[in-house]
Amino acid sequence: MNSSFIKIIKNILIYLGIISLTVSNAYSNKSKPTIDVGAVFAMTGPTATFGQESISGIKLALKTINKEGIAGRKIRLILEDNKGEPLESANAVRKLIDMDKVSVVLGAVASSNTLAGAPIAQKAKVPLLTPSSTNPKVTMMGDYISRACFTDDFQGVVMAKFAKETLKKSRAAIIVDNANDYSKGLAKVFRQKFQEFGGTIVSKDDFAYQQKDVDFRSILRRVKRKKPDVIFVPGYYTEVGLILKQAHQMRFNVPFLGGDGWDSPKLQQLAGKEAITGHYLSSHFSPDDSSPKVQNFVKEFKKEYNERPGAMAALGYDATFILANALKNAKNLSREEIKVAINNTKNFSAITGNITINKNRNAVKSAVVLKTTPAGNVFVQKVDP
Amino acid sequence: MLEDTIYFFYDLVQYFINGLAQGSIYALIALGYTMVYGIIRLINFAHGEFYMIGAFLGFYVVIAGHSLWIAFPVAMIGSGIVAVIVERLVYRPIRSAGRIPALITALGTSLFFQYLGQGVIGAEPKAFPSVINDQTFMFGEIMFTSTQIIIVGVTFVLMLFLWWLVGYTKVGKAMRATSYNREAAELMGINTNRIISITFFIGASLAGAAGVLVGLYYSTIEPMMGLIPGLKAFVAAVLGGIGNIPGAVVGGLILGIAENLVMGFWASTYRDAIAFAILIFILLVKPTGILGKNIKEKV
Repeated sequence: MNSSFIKIIKNILIYLGIISLTVSNAYSNKSKPTIDVGAVFAMTGPTATFGQESISGIKLALKTINKEGIAGRKIRLILEDNKGEPLESANAVRKLIDMDKVSVVLGAVASSNTLAGAPIAQKAKVPLLTPSSTNPKVTMMGDYISRACFTDDFQGVVMAKFAKETLKKSRAAIIVDNANDYSKGLAKVFRQKFQEFGGTIVSKDDFAYQQKDVDFRSILRRVKRKKPDVIFVPGYYTEVGLILKQAHQMRFNVPFLGGDGWDSPKLQQLAGKEAITGHYLSSHFSPDDSSPKVQNFVKEFKKEYNERPGAMAALGYDATFILANALKNAKNLSREEIKVAINNTKNFSAITGNITINKNRNAVKSAVVLKTTPAGNVFVQKVDP
Repeated sequence: MLEDTIYFFYDLVQYFINGLAQGSIYALIALGYTMVYGIIRLINFAHGEFYMIGAFLGFYVVIAGHSLWIAFPVAMIGSGIVAVIVERLVYRPIRSAGRIPALITALGTSLFFQYLGQGVIGAEPKAFPSVINDQTFMFGEIMFTSTQIIIVGVTFVLMLFLWWLVGYTKVGKAMRATSYNREAAELMGINTNRIISITFFIGASLAGAAGVLVGLYYSTIEPMMGLIPGLKAFVAAVLGGIGNIPGAVVGGLILGIAENLVMGFWASTYRDAIAFAILIFILLVKPTGILGKNIKEKV
């Protein structure tokens, strides 16, 4: 066929595309000067409940914020699904920056996903604020990357201390998700701190599985041989649920500990009633917290979505308010000034605690330890940094 | 040292049991691969998706409050019907176009169902409710669960049924005839199109049953779940000798046991690598598989 004809058609299409883009941009700019905020979250895939919860929290916050707006301008959220995968995450960040020209990006949850997108945002000099990625490496990507949560350096210490001092355990085994930065980072901190506190880790290498594995019987068997009295599993709920279930079948009678990656109602569903009882996790927030600020949020969230908020919802909500606060304080709405304003957040009163973004762009605040029960996680203690 | 040796033998038996359960599931899926290949020389890469569809049908039946006695037939008949429709709409029109177009169409069909599933059901894993009272039996260091017994039992029964069907019934005879020489079979008055449909139906039903069994065993299902087990079952079918029904069973069991030994004694990271290394090894050493016969290409 004549390739020139195809070429012409192609050119026409590209041209039309450019026109429509300019027109729509001009149109939207004129009619409503919104502040465009990109969001990259897992709406599907193995960490989907985290992404969905985060978005619920963000939307709830925006509802309040957009009543007045930022100096009359409303925040418009542009959501991209990263399916819980690093590659999709990088693509989504690129799309939001190049195509949608967003001022700020919110996201993602899983550290591996955020780590994939962060270098792109840093290079393009677009501020990226993650509500809930806890791996320390995330904010080391550069000055445009910050977070609204504590890091695994803190979370790992909390659980190591809890295991050694509160539960009085001395022999810990670690089961790690090998393809997951969050899991590996948390495992490393726990290993180091638990030994510092005088405990023993039963094996030189962590027991490893991979995301999307479904059969953990062989690993658990090797774990059992080492006779640990506590087992640390810093993974995500999809796999941890199955690990708890299979461990129960294999008659493990020691508590399992984990991090905020456990904090999803799916964990209860996957593990089942008997296997879920009596394990502990660290997280950012507990809906049982009696402070009026938390209770107001829980009430508001319940009214909107008819369910109790999880930690990811609270962090999404907080991150959005941190952002709104920064937008209000910024000298102007250039990306650079927004970055400066986010990084200058001081003593900002939020649901998950008083948030100060420190010089490494991490939020410093307290963690909670929760106990798993069939009906949901219940509050055990609060640990200050 | 003695203790280590005893543990080693305990472990060996244990991984063997786990492998038997997992291998049974591979075998059930591999049977469909091998039957379809046997009859129309098509490697049906969409076969893993029939397994996924079966798992979800079973899931929704169980969620609706029915027992496994209803979930199994619904899943089996449901995936069977889907397979028959796929065969009629997708494979039959291009059957005469050669093997490569058919293979690529099969890959396309597979992707179609995976992403259709993600679009319609959502990509997040669903928790398969534990409908049976899953008891654990312990013999010293060795343990197995009632689900594992059910898996091996159901697989055994379905295989006996298939063996009887193919070997001792009129339909089976027609299947064998069609597989041997389709044109000659047609000349003898066999409706080969119908026989091919029946083959797809049976193959997909077995995969559907495997889907429900996996739901029970691992208690989680998702739209992409058919991908890896589908490939593994393909390996199993090739391992046993593709087109050979007992071969698929032998291949499935060997693969399941090999994987569990690797996971147990070595690391789960290498499990998939080992499965596909086995495939490459078999293709190099005995391209027709363990039970495959050396068939000269007809010219």
